[in-house]
Amino acid sequence: MVRFAVVVFPGTNCDFETERAIRKAGAEAERVWYKTSLKDFDGVVLPGGFSYADYLRAGAIAARQEIMEEVKEFAREGRPVLGICNGFQVLTEAGLLPGALRPNKTPRFICKWVHLRVADGETPFTQFYEPGEVIRMPIAHAEGNYYADDPSKVRVVFQYSDEEGNITDEVNPNGSLLNIAAVANERGNILGTMPHPERASDRFLGSEDGLRLFKSMVEWARR
Amino acid sequence: MFPHEENLIRERLGKEPNEVEKAMLEVMWSEHASYKSSRPFLKLLPTENEHVVLGPGEDAGIVKFDDETWIAIGIESHNHPSAVEPYGGAATGVGGIVRDILCMGARPIALLDPIRFGPLEGERNRYLFQGVVKGIADYGNRIGVPTVGGETEFDESLDNYVLVNVACVGIMRPEHLVHSYVTEPGLKLILVGNRTGRDGIHGVTFASEELSENAEEEDRSAVQIPDPFTEKLLIEATLEAVYTGKVRALKDLGGGGLTCASAEMAGKKGFGAVIHADRVPLREPNMAPAEVMISESQERMLFAVKDEDVGEIGRIFEKYGLEWIVVGEIIAESRYVVLWNGEKVADLPIDLLTDVPTIEWEMRPHSLESNAKTPNIGFKEAFELVWGSPNVVSKRWIWEQYDHEVQGRTVLKPGRDAAVLRINDEYGLAFVADGNPRHSHLNPYQGAMGAVAEVVRNLVSVGAEPLALVDNLNFASPEMPEVYWSFAETVRGLADAAKAFGLAYVSGNVSFYNEVVDRPIKPTPVVAGLGKVKLEEIPGMGLSDGLLIGVIGVTRRELGGSELYSVLGVEGGFAPKVDLGVERANAEAVMGAVRAGLVKAVHDVSVGGIAAALAEMAVAGCAGFTVDLSGVPAEMDNPIEVAFSESHGRYVVAFPEENLDALRALFKDFAVIGKAGGNEAVFLWNGMELMRTPVARLEEIHESLPKLLGEEG
Repeated sequence: MVRFAVVVFPGTNCDFETERAIRKAGAEAERVWYKTSLKDFDGVVLPGGFSYADYLRAGAIAARQEIMEEVKEFAREGRPVLGICNGFQVLTEAGLLPGALRPNKTPRFICKWVHLRVADGETPFTQFYEPGEVIRMPIAHAEGNYYADDPSKVRVVFQYSDEEGNITDEVNPNGSLLNIAAVANERGNILGTMPHPERASDRFLGSEDGLRLFKSMVEWARR
Repeated sequence: MFPHEENLIRERLGKEPNEVEKAMLEVMWSEHASYKSSRPFLKLLPTENEHVVLGPGEDAGIVKFDDETWIAIGIESHNHPSAVEPYGGAATGVGGIVRDILCMGARPIALLDPIRFGPLEGERNRYLFQGVVKGIADYGNRIGVPTVGGETEFDESLDNYVLVNVACVGIMRPEHLVHSYVTEPGLKLILVGNRTGRDGIHGVTFASEELSENAEEEDRSAVQIPDPFTEKLLIEATLEAVYTGKVRALKDLGGGGLTCASAEMAGKKGFGAVIHADRVPLREPNMAPAEVMISESQERMLFAVKDEDVGEIGRIFEKYGLEWIVVGEIIAESRYVVLWNGEKVADLPIDLLTDVPTIEWEMRPHSLESNAKTPNIGFKEAFELVWGSPNVVSKRWIWEQYDHEVQGRTVLKPGRDAAVLRINDEYGLAFVADGNPRHSHLNPYQGAMGAVAEVVRNLVSVGAEPLALVDNLNFASPEMPEVYWSFAETVRGLADAAKAFGLAYVSGNVSFYNEVVDRPIKPTPVVAGLGKVKLEEIPGMGLSDGLLIGVIGVTRRELGGSELYSVLGVEGGFAPKVDLGVERANAEAVMGAVRAGLVKAVHDVSVGGIAAALAEMAVAGCAGFTVDLSGVPAEMDNPIEVAFSESHGRYVVAFPEENLDALRALFKDFAVIGKAGGNEAVFLWNGMELMRTPVARLEEIHESLPKLLGEEG
C-alpha cells in the first residue's frame, strides 16, 4: 500500500484530520514530526495550521527547516507533494510553487465554505474531477490572497466561483488574483490549495468533494 | 482579604505571616480562587447521575459518552481582564479553560464563547467587542481548537464593561484520566511551558474587586499575556506525556499561579510540598520570590511524576522545544515550604492555603416585576425592530473569524441551535450555551431555570439527548444584599431545573464583583450543556417548499425582559415562567418526533419569540412561508404579544403533511399555523395580512452586523 507522510511542524493543527482523509482515500498515512526523515514514504502532505505561529510570514520559517530538503527531493523525483493552506504557504515560501499568499483583502481570518471551479482536471490531484466542475470546500485562513507576477505562467487548478462556476469578484473571498484558490507546478506533481479538502471528506461534515482529491493523489501514487 | 480573615490567619498561624506568605495567602483567600461566598450555595446543585464520571472538584468535569469515550467539560469567565484589555483578556480566557480540559488527560476539541457587551452605538463598546472577538479568534485558531458556537448579547447595563465566558470540551479514553491531586509523597513536581513574568500578578485578587473608573491604567499588569503558540505545543506535549501512563497528577497554572496549582495538587489528600522558587525560569530579571509564587503568566503546567520518570517526561517536553524544570517535590508532612537559593522564605500549614472559610453575606429579596403595557405599535414596525436588533441578527461576522471547522469534526456549524461534533461514525456530541440576564434581572429564579430549559430545548432541537451541564455565574458584588439574594435564587433555579430533567452539573465557575463604579451587572447565569446525537437523525432548521409549519407549546403574556420590550424601552413586565413538567414533556415529545423522522426542521423559540424563530427558519432554508399567528396556542389575542412573547417550552417544527396525525398524537399543545413555500414571509392574523416581506430582505437584515459595526455603507 502506498504511504504518505503528513509533516507536523510546531504549530501545525490540521494533521490528524488530513491523516484520516488520506486513510479514507485508501492509503497509509502517518503524522511525521518535522525532525524525522521522510524515507520510506511515497508522497508527502504539508497540512494546515500555524507553523511557528506564522511568525515572520506564514510558512516562512517552516520552509527553511531541514525536512524541506527531503520534500524538494520528492518534488524533483516527481512524487506527489500536497500543501494545504499553511502547507501551500510553506510551498510558495520554499520556492516549490510560484507566487505568494498575501493577507486577505479584508485583513481578517476567514472560515467559510466556498464554491470552486476545477480549472485543471489533468493533475495527479484532480484526475477524479471533471474540468469545469463546481465543487464545495471550506477555507480557513488569514493569508490566502494569491499573487503571482506572471499569472500566465501559473498552472491554476481551482478558482473561487459561484454555484454555477462563474468567476466573479463577489465570490472571491480573499482578493486572490484571478480568483486563484489552488495551483500546481508545471509538471503537476506539486499542488498547493488554500481550501481544505480534508474538511470536505465526510458526508456528515458537509461534502465529500475533497475526498476525491486525496483519492486522485493516492491512485496516482499507486501507479 | 477582609480584616477578620487577616486576624483568623494570624490566629491559626500563631504569628504574622511574612511577605511571601502574605502574598500567597492573599491570592488563595481571594474570592475568585476560593469561592468563599458561593460554596455553601453551590452544594445545592445536583452533581451525580448515570452520565457523570467525575463531578465538580477538579479542573474539569468528566461525562461518559460511551464505553471507550469520555468527555471533559469546563467553563470559565475572564470578565475583569477582558474589560481592561479585551484582546489579551479574552485570549487568555480561552487558554485557561483549554488547559483545564487538557490537565484531565483529554484533547480539547471545541470551544463556545458566550460574550456580552454594552450597546454597539458606544465607541468603547465596539472597541471591546472587536478586541474580544479578535482575541478569541487568534488564540483558538492558533491552538487548533474550533470555536463552534456561543452567544453574543448587547445590553445597556454593560456599557463600558464586558462578560467573556468560555466553555471547552475535550475527548479522552477512560484509561488516560489524570487527577489534579497526588496520592503519594516523594513525587517530583515539573514546571513546564512559558517563562514566568510579572504579568497577571494578583490576577485573582483583581478579579475579586469591582473595577474603578481608571481600571485601564491601573490594572493592566494584572492581565496576562497570551501565547497560543506555546499553548499548542503544551497541548501536544502534555498528551504525549499522559499517554506514557507515567503522569501521577497534572494541573495547569491558572488563577493563583504556582502557589495555587502546587498547594492544591499536594494538599487535597493531605500531603505537602517544597517549592524551589528560585529555579523558576523568568521572563523578567529581579523578580521577588513572592512575585514568582503568585504570577499568573499563562501557558504553564505542573506535572507530578516519579523521580525515575523525570528524564523520560522531560525528553517529551524537549521534543516540543518547551522549557522545563523540577520545581519541587511532594512531601509527607502537610506543610507548604518555599525555598529561595536554599533559604526558607515561606513555611505554612498547607491547609491554611487551601481551606478558606466561607462567608455568608446579608440577603435582601426584591422584585422588579410589575405589570407593563405593550405599546400600540404596528406589526411590521415591531418586527423590523426586533429582527434587526443586534441581539437577533446573525453572528456570522464573528464566527467566520473563528476556525470553527479545525479538527474535522464540526457537523453542525455555528448558527444552528446547538453545534454538533462528530465523535465516531455513528454519534456526535451536541454542545450549546445559553443565558438570559434580562429574564434573570426580573426574576433570578425563573431566569436561571429558563437558561437550563433553553439549553435542553437547543439540544433537543438538533436531536440530541441531554447528558450534562456546567454553569458560569456572573454577578456583581456579593456584599450587596440584593445581589447576594439574586445569586442564591439563581442557584436554586439551576438546581430545580436540572433535577427536573435528571441532569447534573459536572463543573462550573463563579465570577463576582462584575461592576464598574457601583453599577452592578444584571444576574447572568450562563449554562452550557452536552448532548448525544445519532448523526443520521439530526434534523434541519430550514424551511422548504410544501412543509407544514407547527408550533409546540403555549404562548403566554410573558414579555418582561423580551427583545420586543427592550427595543421599545418598556421596563418591567413579568419574566417567562418555566413549567418544568411541560418543558420536560415537550422536550421528550420533540425527541420522539425527531427519532421517528416525523419532522424535517426543528427550531426552539427563544429571544425574539415565534416571529424571529420563523424568520430564522426561512433564512436557513431560503424558503418563504405563510402563517396565521391567530392559530398559535396562546392565552392572549394581541398579535404583537403572540409573535414576540418569549414564553418557554416552545418549538417551531416543519414537516410533510402525511406526518400530521402522528405529530398531533405526540404533543399536548400543538397547532399547525401555516405552510412553507414561495419567496416571501407572510404573517396573517385571522386571515388578515399583518406583514409581507421577501425572504431576501429578511436575509439582508439578518446579515447586517457588519453594517452595525460601521464596516459597510
